[in-house]
Amino acid sequence: MINSIAFLIGATLMYSTPILFTALGGLISEKSGIVNIGLEGMMVAGAFSAAAVTTITGNPWFGLMAGSLTSGTIAFVHGLLSVYLGANQIVSGVAINFLGPAISLFMCKQLFNGSTNTPTIDTSEKLPKLFANIFTEGSFLDFVFHQDITVYLALFLVLVIGVFLNKTIIGLRIKSVGEHPKASETLGINVYHLRVMASTISGAIVGIGGASMSIALSSHFSPTLIAGQGFIALAAVIFGKWKVTGVLNACLLFGFTQSLVIFIGGTDLEFPSKILSMLPYFVTIITLIIFKSKSSAPKALGIPYER
Amino acid sequence: MLSKITKFKSIFLIVTSIVLGLVIGSIILLLAHYNPLQVYSTLFVGIFAKPKYILWTLLKATPIIMTGLSVAFAFRIGMFNIGAEGQYMIGALLAVICGYYLDLNSSIHPIIIIIIAMLGAGIFGGIAGYLKIKFDLNEVISTIMLNWIAFYFYNYMIDTPFLNKGMNVSHKIKASAKLTIISSNDFLEKTNTFLYDLEKVKFHWGFFIAIILAVICWIILEKTTLEFQMKAVGLNPNASEHAGIDIKRNKILGMFIAGALAGAGGAIQVLGVNFGITTLAAMQGLGFEGIAVALVANSSPIGCIFSGLLFGGLRYGATKIQVPPISAPSEIINVIIGMIVLFIAVPKIIEVLIRNRGEQYDK
Repeated sequence: MINSIAFLIGATLMYSTPILFTALGGLISEKSGIVNIGLEGMMVAGAFSAAAVTTITGNPWFGLMAGSLTSGTIAFVHGLLSVYLGANQIVSGVAINFLGPAISLFMCKQLFNGSTNTPTIDTSEKLPKLFANIFTEGSFLDFVFHQDITVYLALFLVLVIGVFLNKTIIGLRIKSVGEHPKASETLGINVYHLRVMASTISGAIVGIGGASMSIALSSHFSPTLIAGQGFIALAAVIFGKWKVTGVLNACLLFGFTQSLVIFIGGTDLEFPSKILSMLPYFVTIITLIIFKSKSSAPKALGIPYER
Repeated sequence: MLSKITKFKSIFLIVTSIVLGLVIGSIILLLAHYNPLQVYSTLFVGIFAKPKYILWTLLKATPIIMTGLSVAFAFRIGMFNIGAEGQYMIGALLAVICGYYLDLNSSIHPIIIIIIAMLGAGIFGGIAGYLKIKFDLNEVISTIMLNWIAFYFYNYMIDTPFLNKGMNVSHKIKASAKLTIISSNDFLEKTNTFLYDLEKVKFHWGFFIAIILAVICWIILEKTTLEFQMKAVGLNPNASEHAGIDIKRNKILGMFIAGALAGAGGAIQVLGVNFGITTLAAMQGLGFEGIAVALVANSSPIGCIFSGLLFGGLRYGATKIQVPPISAPSEIINVIIGMIVLFIAVPKIIEVLIRNRGEQYDK
């Protein structure tokens, strides 16, 4: 029983991590007023770059940076197009969802002899796990704390972004630009620069989310690796009412239901796992219905600002 | 007159986007050491050289025309339907169930099935409209969630006693339910090559059904006041309500129709091509392709036929370029589609390009 609980806690943390990175990234972009429904595509691109660079250089930290850089670049372009050329942000996001996976798979086939998967990365070349060999294997603490370093990074990032958005000048300005760009402009804030910056930071974080999938949780990139997690993250931002703690809770919920599916699959319980897999989506819809509030989205979200 | 000018302008922007998408595609091919001329000519020949190839293109285009219509229709009433994917799956699921269990004459069996699939998928789509109206739940979120619910439900149903428990494939539908035009006949080869092609490609009535449904959509949008009412709501919600426009009914109805269209797509694919369904490992992506189809069509139902054919052709042609002698990754097609969508997202790029050229002429 104790071990089951430990397993669930550990697996919840593990599975919520990639979504958490991506949702935190999405949050920053949306806070500045830029919608990015291309989170999925950016996550795929980040996951691929990370796996490819790790495979080639043998250093997962280079891989992590590459993943972050790739998605950051995509989000930078998305930001530029949205801010300076008045792009339809939703449509641009749809384009990212096509281009991210397409270019990744194209490159993958080029680099790895026509395969759509990158070669499996040796455990020693993956991102390290923390608290290995400290607790007795299979013990409660081992299940809970013996995790990929990305799990701790993600939780730390929650704190950092919470402070960034609420306590720092730049963070507060990003929020003001997403709420009322005109008022911000009159106070001397450069709306355009801030929005492009927020979008770029957002992409860089989303890329880490992708990387946490391909070089930490899993050990290679494949076309079905991300499988909708970017969309879940998109939902988590809304589900979390555009607040850092809300996003954290939403991601933990998704991670929990996902690990519940795996947990029940490993027991003798005769409960169809496919029905259980629907749970997070039902829960999201029902929760959104119960705790509806209209005012939580940034006011200028998705509206191009013209001087 | 103004509308004619804007219509011309939007068609111009779309065609330019397509051309630019192909140009970017060729640059990427060049960078990857492929000859873009060779790739595009193979693509072109691979799509048009034989009647058989064109039939294949029509087959490939049919499902995405349907999901495209679904997204386009929702766009026109002011909803963004990301849920075509799930609605399509519900349609396919219902088609298999009705195709296996219903016992009807072959002249009406497929029609009844498609109607049931449309009703079921329509209700499924309508949920997103209802949630939007009743609880102010963003349809982008609800349709993403509903897609996954449909996905797991689809896989769950295949694995029940109802549809072949323990297997990853469902039962096959009855012969009376099929949309096949010509069933296997060996003598055809000698008598008529075109009919032989029809049989060999397993061409079915689905493409024509898609066209009929596109025309019906066009009639609903152009000849009824549904879209006009929704536009009025967008411009001035209060005035529209005073004028007696029922926003709630219209939005739910619009999403119902959108769902029904995607569902018809799923049903057609089952009745015409697959005759059954198999467990899915991942989403098929037809709903997303539908978004691209609708965007390139500028949300016009008739336009969806053409943009669906464009993407269907590219998809089918891709199978010709990934084999020797070219062996280019077929993903280049998705790169091209993505770039086309990107240019459509940013019409200003094209406007700036043209303006600069104009200024050069002035000098």
